[in-house]
Amino acid sequence: MSKAWRRKIISAIAEGFCAIAVLLALIPLAMILFYVVKQGFTSLNWAFFTQMPKPVGEAGGGMANAIVGTLILIAIAALLAVPIGCICGIHLAEYPTSKFSSIVRFAADVLNGVPSIVVGMFAYIIAVLPVKRFSAFAGGLALAVLMLPTVVRTTEELLRLVPAGLREGALALGATRTSAVFTVIVPAALPGILTGVLVALARVAGETAPLLFTAFGNRFWSISLRQPIASLTQQVYLYANSAYDDWHRQAWAGAFLLVMIILTLSIIARLSVRRLERMNRP
Amino acid sequence: MLTAIDMERFNAALAPSAAALESMNAKISVRDFDFFYGSAKVLHGITLDIPDRQVTALIGPSGCGKSTFIRSINRMNDIIPNARAKGTISIDGRAIYSSDTDVVSLRRRVGMVFQRSNPFPKSIYDNIAYGLRIGGMRNRRELNNVVERSLIRAALWDEVKDRLNESAFALSGGQQQRLCIARALAVDPEVLLMDEPASALDPIATTKIEELIWDLKVNYTIVIVTHNMQQAARVSDRTAFFMLGRLVEYADTKTIFMNPKEKMTEDYVTGRFG
Ligand SMILES: Nc1ncnc2c1ncn2[C@@H]1O[C@H](COP(=O)(O)OP(=O)(O)OP(=O)(O)O)[C@@H](O)[C@H]1O
Ligand SMILES: [Mg+2]
Repeated sequence: MSKAWRRKIISAIAEGFCAIAVLLALIPLAMILFYVVKQGFTSLNWAFFTQMPKPVGEAGGGMANAIVGTLILIAIAALLAVPIGCICGIHLAEYPTSKFSSIVRFAADVLNGVPSIVVGMFAYIIAVLPVKRFSAFAGGLALAVLMLPTVVRTTEELLRLVPAGLREGALALGATRTSAVFTVIVPAALPGILTGVLVALARVAGETAPLLFTAFGNRFWSISLRQPIASLTQQVYLYANSAYDDWHRQAWAGAFLLVMIILTLSIIARLSVRRLERMNRP
Repeated sequence: MLTAIDMERFNAALAPSAAALESMNAKISVRDFDFFYGSAKVLHGITLDIPDRQVTALIGPSGCGKSTFIRSINRMNDIIPNARAKGTISIDGRAIYSSDTDVVSLRRRVGMVFQRSNPFPKSIYDNIAYGLRIGGMRNRRELNNVVERSLIRAALWDEVKDRLNESAFALSGGQQQRLCIARALAVDPEVLLMDEPASALDPIATTKIEELIWDLKVNYTIVIVTHNMQQAARVSDRTAFFMLGRLVEYADTKTIFMNPKEKMTEDYVTGRFG
């Protein structure tokens, strides 16, 4: 009897601690969301989406160029990082013990820990210095390098989770190793790989530092890859540091929009996973 | 006048020539076949002939090399690092371990069904069509025909004909295994290798697979590994008993179960084996 009581009390205390820990973890998230939504949503208006920034100090205007800029930047990053990252990941999964693989794996892990500002410097040296011009491409390159390790490692991990029986089944039907990989193993892992890619994309969509001296920012409309380009993060940074109330308002709106873009990417990731998983798992 | 004893001698004298006759229509001939995983030798000088369009069962205690042997027949062991084969296996007289063998076309002629059913994460239709598609077949009508024919042969058509586009994972375990059989049949093999195809199934699903094997042997040479003595007795024409990587005895299934020559075989099939 008393033992049972003791057990119940201990269990209740443990549960209490768990609940507190969860709350502590959720409070910052909830507060960020609350402020961003509260300040950002009310600051949004049609002009924010459709108009260009006004000259310094003037009220009104919007961030049309920065919204498009951010979309262009993450598109460049995805185009560069996803094919290369997936191919590396496939190699790592197919030849897990080769010398080359262990080098690639190590490189990816190191790259993962490199501060984003350093990656920005790298892109500056590679893509800005030679042509002596900041550009959307350089910004996209920096973001691509940032997301590359995530793509490589998730691809590898997920491919290795595919049951060996599937490969044997394909080979037994006369598939070559290559066709087994591309027709059975990769499709089986695709839902997970896709989530990994979208999550990585969402992460880099919120980066500011690596864009400072690559994409640089642009007060004017530009969709050229070879010209400096505006981005939401940089615009928010700039406006939040300004002395004008209307710019503060727009910074909140920009932050809100950023959060929404990232949220959308995550939700797409979830949904596409669920659809593919229905095909994939029992 | 021939006495009964004379008759028996007469029959016994005939027996080798009957065996010789059988070896003439051997589909698969194995001669002095050794197999190594690294330095460990797990098959020792296997020699046997597997007759065309019959069911040959491989039995023996766990770890005796049945899977290794059956996987040698379609060179599935090639994918294992450091594995090595010695000796010859020929199918229709052509040595499959010779350097000019095309492994891909070998595996299309020698289908395989695994112990754990392994449908691809694709629709039922795409599972069956897989082998043909990687072989380059694109014609939709032709594909439809083969899918239907293979599913009918695997006795699965009636159960799935209305949901060919559903995921193969929506099927039950027994259905999945028959799907894997249908998938193997779709590329029109001559030999079908089955490594414990029913060991993960309930008795009803097992019966279905056994009936299926019975039907299939009209068209296919079937080699099946099983731990289930009754199953070997029910479905096979010939039985090979393996132990510790050696072929102990190989004969008509009836002989192996009723009148084995070797003491070891008798102990094993009667369950007295330790
Ligand atoms: N990939 C491998 N690498 C090294 N040794 C292996 C490998 N596969 C099997 N072996 C060894 O080879 C021997 C024969 O194994 P095999 O799987 O062919 O036996 P089996 O008769 O199929 O057994 P079971 O009835 O349990 O399936 C065993 O001693 C096993 O440990
Ligand atoms: Mg086995």
